[in-house]
Amino acid sequence: MAQEALLKVNSIDVFHGSFQALWNISLEVRKGEMLALIGANTSGKSTLLDTISGLNHPAGGSIQFEGRNITNLDPYKIVDAGITQIPEGRRIFPDMSVLSNLIMGSYTPRARSKREENLKKVYRHFPILLKRKNQVAKTLSGGEQQMLVIGRGLMSEPKLMMIDEMSLGLAPIIINEIFRTLKEIRDTGLTIIFVEQNVRKSIQEADRAYILENGRVSLCGTSQELCEEEKVRKAYFGI
Amino acid sequence: MTGDSGLLSPIIIGLLYGGLYAMIALGLSMVFGVMRLINLAHGDLVILGSYLSFTLWSYLGFDPIVSLILTIPVLFGLGFVIQQYLMRRAFAISAEAPLIIAFGISLILQNFNQIIWQPQSRGISTTYSMASFNIGPAQFPVSYLLDFVVALVVMLVLREFLRRTYMGRAITAASQDNKAAQLMGVNTRMIYGFAFAIAMISAAIAGTFLGMTFPFTPLSGTQFLIIAFGVVIIGGLGSLFGTFLGGLILGLVQTLAGYFFGAAAQMFFVYLAVLIVLAIRPQGLLGVKR
Repeated sequence: MAQEALLKVNSIDVFHGSFQALWNISLEVRKGEMLALIGANTSGKSTLLDTISGLNHPAGGSIQFEGRNITNLDPYKIVDAGITQIPEGRRIFPDMSVLSNLIMGSYTPRARSKREENLKKVYRHFPILLKRKNQVAKTLSGGEQQMLVIGRGLMSEPKLMMIDEMSLGLAPIIINEIFRTLKEIRDTGLTIIFVEQNVRKSIQEADRAYILENGRVSLCGTSQELCEEEKVRKAYFGI
Repeated sequence: MTGDSGLLSPIIIGLLYGGLYAMIALGLSMVFGVMRLINLAHGDLVILGSYLSFTLWSYLGFDPIVSLILTIPVLFGLGFVIQQYLMRRAFAISAEAPLIIAFGISLILQNFNQIIWQPQSRGISTTYSMASFNIGPAQFPVSYLLDFVVALVVMLVLREFLRRTYMGRAITAASQDNKAAQLMGVNTRMIYGFAFAIAMISAAIAGTFLGMTFPFTPLSGTQFLIIAFGVVIIGGLGSLFGTFLGGLILGLVQTLAGYFFGAAAQMFFVYLAVLIVLAIRPQGLLGVKR
């Protein structure tokens, strides 16, 4: 797995107005990796994802994707470059059909030509979506909606998929099912960053993890290293 | 509207008027549905379309329907510019700023119309708009039928566009969740510009057919804006089919009230119908609750 970095975040600072949300954050994701971003509610995880997606622009530092500088690109160009974000809170298009939601995922010119192929792929990962394809998206259950937004993200033909707090409000059995599918997806060559509040689960599922505290990276390492780290054990596992 | 045909005549006329009202309201409904903007200038933009067609018809001898080849691009471009250079900046200031801008555009257009085309009433007439057809004993102008058919076609084309094309889906997606749309790779800034521009295509078409149906003055925009509000409130925002239905209902209420209570009472009953819908079903008959 020791390969070149797919995404490199180099000491970025991000502000919301006069409030500094991220402080000198650096991060690296390697190709084919499953990376966890862990932290409490306001630690800056979502801000970091939004900044990589181009919804925020950093005041300092830079972001590189496949060696190309994407720091100040607009969100739609970043999607086209191959980064998709599955936002927190699911954010389906509620009044559109499941199929239309998926088709929206293939909006970029690059993804349009591969639409049918990718649809098949999504249905293979999430067969329930095929069964529900003509249903209005808001009538799906929470777990199905989460599968829909992941499927929608896959439709964009991404190289890197960033998933924000997907397990929020879902039953453990469904969370496990989705994690299993994510691993299948990763094994097809995708790189995945996922954001979670559940430390134990994240460290267990990820290859490596970064822990964020108050907008700063406080720790990073492989799952193995983090499990052994005393600070983590004390703070998060209570042992 | 001649002969003693009883209720048949007001019902047919009401439905046919309703088509035109719906056509006028489609653009208002779309701009509100996508950008949450109450476009107070909508009526004046429709009337601008009427004047452009009128000019091409009266000075250059264009058939008004042919004149659409020129009026549609003009209003499309104007819509795009209004959204990209005025509304987008206004939205960044506050939620009320775009409303004030729209009001300003309305005033400017009314005065512009007055300077260019003088305050007197105008109308567009063609051989087919003077013709009539019969249903039973009653006679109706062909132009009214044309209004209805064209409105239906515009509504269906717009609906299919929004459902089946990537740009249409992007417009719908951006109206339901802007951030999620951006994360799909939609350039939402651009898409809003196109949404406004496409709404103005329907305004251009409505303007031309309005000009063939009713006389209009530089100040007629306000009158038709209010009708369009009524249509949208009855039919429900966010539903193009609802807007069409709202148009028909408003037209019917108007002509039936005229039949039973006289022309002076027509608009009173129209507003009453709007009020009743607002009280019972504030999202409109086919509107989506948000």
